[in-house]
Amino acid sequence: MSALIEFKGFNKFFGEHQVLKDIDLQVRSGEVVVILGPSGCGKSTLLRCLNGLEVAHGGSLTLAGKELLSKATDWRQVRQQVGMVFQSYHLFGHMSVMENLLLGPLKVQKRERFEAQAQAEALLARVGLLDKRDAYPRQLSGGQQQRIAIVRSLCMNPQVMLFDEVTAALDPEMVKEVLQVIQGLARDGMTLLIVTHEMAFARAVADRIVFMEAGRILEQSAPESFFTNPQTARAQQFLEKFSFVESLPKTPHKELS
Amino acid sequence: MASSGLELLLVSLPQLAQGAAQTLSISALGIAFSTLGGVLYGVLATLGKRSVNLVLRVYLELFRAIPVLVWLYLLFFGLPIFFAVSIPSFWCAVLVLSLWGASEVGEVVRGALHSLPRGQREAGLSIGLDGWQLYGHVLLPQALKRMTPPTINIYTRIIKTSSLAVLIGVVDVIKVGQQIIERTYESVLIYGALFLFFFFICYPLSAASRALERRWTHA
Repeated sequence: MSALIEFKGFNKFFGEHQVLKDIDLQVRSGEVVVILGPSGCGKSTLLRCLNGLEVAHGGSLTLAGKELLSKATDWRQVRQQVGMVFQSYHLFGHMSVMENLLLGPLKVQKRERFEAQAQAEALLARVGLLDKRDAYPRQLSGGQQQRIAIVRSLCMNPQVMLFDEVTAALDPEMVKEVLQVIQGLARDGMTLLIVTHEMAFARAVADRIVFMEAGRILEQSAPESFFTNPQTARAQQFLEKFSFVESLPKTPHKELS
Repeated sequence: MASSGLELLLVSLPQLAQGAAQTLSISALGIAFSTLGGVLYGVLATLGKRSVNLVLRVYLELFRAIPVLVWLYLLFFGLPIFFAVSIPSFWCAVLVLSLWGASEVGEVVRGALHSLPRGQREAGLSIGLDGWQLYGHVLLPQALKRMTPPTINIYTRIIKTSSLAVLIGVVDVIKVGQQIIERTYESVLIYGALFLFFFFICYPLSAASRALERRWTHA
């Protein structure tokens, strides 16, 4: 089966600085790929290149067989197929939840209001927020806003969803409600590219882990083998930093109190 | 004296009203074009195109560095000499006020758009909006709150600055006042009336600007 998304020898620069180096990555339809790596390793940039928020500088990137790095690419078309959810939600503050959800379907896709609204309501119900349809973003908690932001992307009926550290700005108790939504999408067989620092979640949801450092992909493997037996020293170090927190004693020592 | 002063005002009222109509129509047109031009300027200035920004910068600095009065003289007396184009003084005043006002409003709009979180633009693009939709549905409506109070203040400055049009021959409310004074020597009375005229037009605007600012910064 051919890949839905394929990066080949993909390069990206910020000025002189090369942030993505020779990326080769294939994502099959329905696959859930979680990208891990230290801050600044280029994982967010990789996602942003996929919907044209960043311009690439070399190599090839195809979506469903179509080359995206050609001048003829209509990014507005591509973006309708590639949903993106951001760390800080970025709901439109002057619009109610329903207006946020319908903007794309009505203005970009020119769909019928009753049909788009029915879909939006069904998706809201699915994330447990149907009662917030007339609320404004500032009246909602971070976790609620992020679930709405996910629904806003889903309303465009994308083929792929990109999640860029979507729980990083949330209070811990709200992380779960957002991750559950993403897990639901994974179960439905949606193609997902996820950048996250939630290791347990990555392990549970991923079909494949991609480990990046300094703009390169160092390792691609199944989650179990990545977490139990990372191939590279760098990935081992990275995982140790996370396991350090988990290995802290559960009850505080006397010196600490 | 008091009764004769009041009489003079009443007698002069139709004439003053004609001048006031000139002042108000120059101001209203100047405000309308300044707003349109300013929004256009603000949008262009936030597209991130270096060449566009350079042109806007030159335009802005020209209107910041050169007094409005000089612009009035330049266009009113200069255009006929250098380009054999002459503009009626009324429209010359509207043109200069609009160009000056648009640079002022434009900077306010640019600032308001610039102060929006970058993510708003990216979120809009991510659902496939084009430039018009992005600005029309997402960015400008959110910038509106931030740009309205300072823009209203610019409106009051446009109204006050419109009085310079006298110097290229527009018979506005001040010119009419001067004509009446030349005839009657009642300068205190007439200038008092002009004072009240400008005050009662500009004060409500500036009060509205402050009220909106208070309401929206605490919302």
